[in-house]
Amino acid sequence: MSKTRKFTTAGIAALIFTVAAATADAKDKVKVGFIGPLTGGVSVNGLGGRNSADLAVRLRNADPKSKYEYELVVLDDECKPNVAVQVATNMAADKDIIAGATHYCSATAIATVDVYHKFGFPVIVWGAVLPDITYRNKYDEVHRVNGTMINQNDANAELISRLGYKTVAVIHDTTDYGKGHLEYFSKALDKIGKTKIVGTFGVTADQQDFTSELTKIKALNPDVIYFGGLTPIGVRIRSQMDKLGIKAVFDGTSGIVSDAYIQGLGPLAEGTLAFREGAPTEKLPGGKFFMEKYTAQKYDNPPEAYGAFAYAAMDMILDTIEKVGPDRKKVIAALGDVKDRDSIVGKITFDDHGQNTVPVITKYVVQDGKFVEWDESEYGSGKRKLPGQK
Amino acid sequence: MDAGLFAQYVMNGLMLGMMYALVAVGFTLFFGVLDIIKFSHGDVLMVGAFTALATYVGLHAAGMDSNWFNLVVMLVLATLAMALLGMVIARYLVMPLRSAPALNTLLITLMLGTVLRESVRLFYPQGANPKPFPALLPRSAIDIGEFNLRLDNVLMLCAGVLVIVGLQFLLNRTKLGLAIRAVAQDEETARIMGINFTAVVLITFAIGSGLAAFAGVMNGLYYNEINFGIGLYLGVIGFSAAIIGGLGSIYGAILGGFLFAGLQTVGTVMLPFASAYKDVFAFAVVIAIMAWRPTGLIREKISERV
Repeated sequence: MSKTRKFTTAGIAALIFTVAAATADAKDKVKVGFIGPLTGGVSVNGLGGRNSADLAVRLRNADPKSKYEYELVVLDDECKPNVAVQVATNMAADKDIIAGATHYCSATAIATVDVYHKFGFPVIVWGAVLPDITYRNKYDEVHRVNGTMINQNDANAELISRLGYKTVAVIHDTTDYGKGHLEYFSKALDKIGKTKIVGTFGVTADQQDFTSELTKIKALNPDVIYFGGLTPIGVRIRSQMDKLGIKAVFDGTSGIVSDAYIQGLGPLAEGTLAFREGAPTEKLPGGKFFMEKYTAQKYDNPPEAYGAFAYAAMDMILDTIEKVGPDRKKVIAALGDVKDRDSIVGKITFDDHGQNTVPVITKYVVQDGKFVEWDESEYGSGKRKLPGQK
Repeated sequence: MDAGLFAQYVMNGLMLGMMYALVAVGFTLFFGVLDIIKFSHGDVLMVGAFTALATYVGLHAAGMDSNWFNLVVMLVLATLAMALLGMVIARYLVMPLRSAPALNTLLITLMLGTVLRESVRLFYPQGANPKPFPALLPRSAIDIGEFNLRLDNVLMLCAGVLVIVGLQFLLNRTKLGLAIRAVAQDEETARIMGINFTAVVLITFAIGSGLAAFAGVMNGLYYNEINFGIGLYLGVIGFSAAIIGGLGSIYGAILGGFLFAGLQTVGTVMLPFASAYKDVFAFAVVIAIMAWRPTGLIREKISERV
């Protein structure tokens, strides 16, 4: 009798163990989302971000300690607000998807915040820099790991004024992104008060020909042409400046910090200025780790400027789900009090608007076919001079 | 306004107009022979530009650095390849749909355009990025006041004029041209007269697409940059130019092309509001012209349709 009982106990114990082991083997599947521009002119940045988010998911799935098995759902916003609203609604309406790392383009990110709020879908923006995305509303669902364009335009205006330039012509694309740059750059310049804007030109984001605008700018003869927009038209404007014999400094924003800008221009890219939040990928606390893992996966595209942020955003989502479980409300609550959290882009602290307060801005200048940090460049040390620099 | 600046605007407008005109002529040719709108025309231009670029990369790798030689090879290859592509499109996509509503042709070519565009983006190495296009023409320039007169622009304009004059000659002075005009005028009578209808349509598509390739190379040489999206915008503008000129009329297409470029330049330069509205302005004028003359500036005379 007692023998039978022993067997039964052992049997039950074994059964429990097997069940436990089985659950450990087949972890619950949890879906997470990524949205970025995967087709169209800025798709290199979107693909870099997609790969980086994918990397975060793969590394997590390879980790035996993780509680869930993650599946990445990737959607393409084409950098177009109307498309973005559709895909964002699709993703947010799918209750199986717990949270998402979303948007490179400011125009798409600002268009979708209301959707995420309506569906209670927690997102972390990984690349868009328009301040309004986090600051226009106070949505608990929306967070952002990268900085805003306010900081980079302050740094931009400061450098331009310090170098002694007096006049600037502004070309900006007419999306929220370009208009935002115009607004914050002019504010920053006014605050310093040494340089003035002599002309402002809005252009469409897919314009090919800028010769008319540039001819008008040539007549204004500014020291600097400030460009608030993305790589594809940045390349065109810089190249057409040369055609018209305009010698002004080309001063860009975070939108042109990509290898595609240099590949598209070759030697003409030399001396272009650009600014970006955060440190360069290789100088980030986890930059080396990130690049090693990224290279090991043999993706087709480089991570580009915001890849590390996409990784950090996705990694934070996965961390949070591990901690509080696959529940949107709990994830939102947990993301609400992120303070001094370590990540590969450095410490992350979300303020009450979900905005990471990253103080670092990196100033870049293109030197010999590379984006070099200004302070380390030969331009910064005075060995080389930008056009018209005293 | 400073005379030098004015000259610069005129030059910019002329270059732009030449490219628009070359695209518009293609639209008008296709409409002439088959009464269809082929919306993939702009993307054929883009594929032509990329073919030329790929040819250049190949020649360069093979150690050829004579600019003129490379340019000629690029032009010939791109034009021939696009002529062939145009014929394939006509034979296998457009002609089988002849008895279907015209809307179907419009849709299928619209979709083909997307396929071409996305194929270049996906299959050309790093196709999503803007590509530098080599400057193969002599780059000497004369500064006349504010006017920067570049030799390469002058050469491109001359080449464009030559191509258009050549096309006129072909259409009006050769037997082939006569056949094309005959088909444009009345397909059935043309057939009865012993004209090989299919051959004429294919040749017309070859000519139109070859012109697009030429415009594509010109676009590359002018901007020194091409990307997979150039065809979309040029296609829309070329189409509008053909419409305002009067679909079916070669002169109308040329006029429309230059008019559109002129409108865009005026929209940027002369109007008080921001240059961002130059396309709004240009297209608004197009709408006004169409309301005023629904058949285009050069009215459709059956005898002139090609």
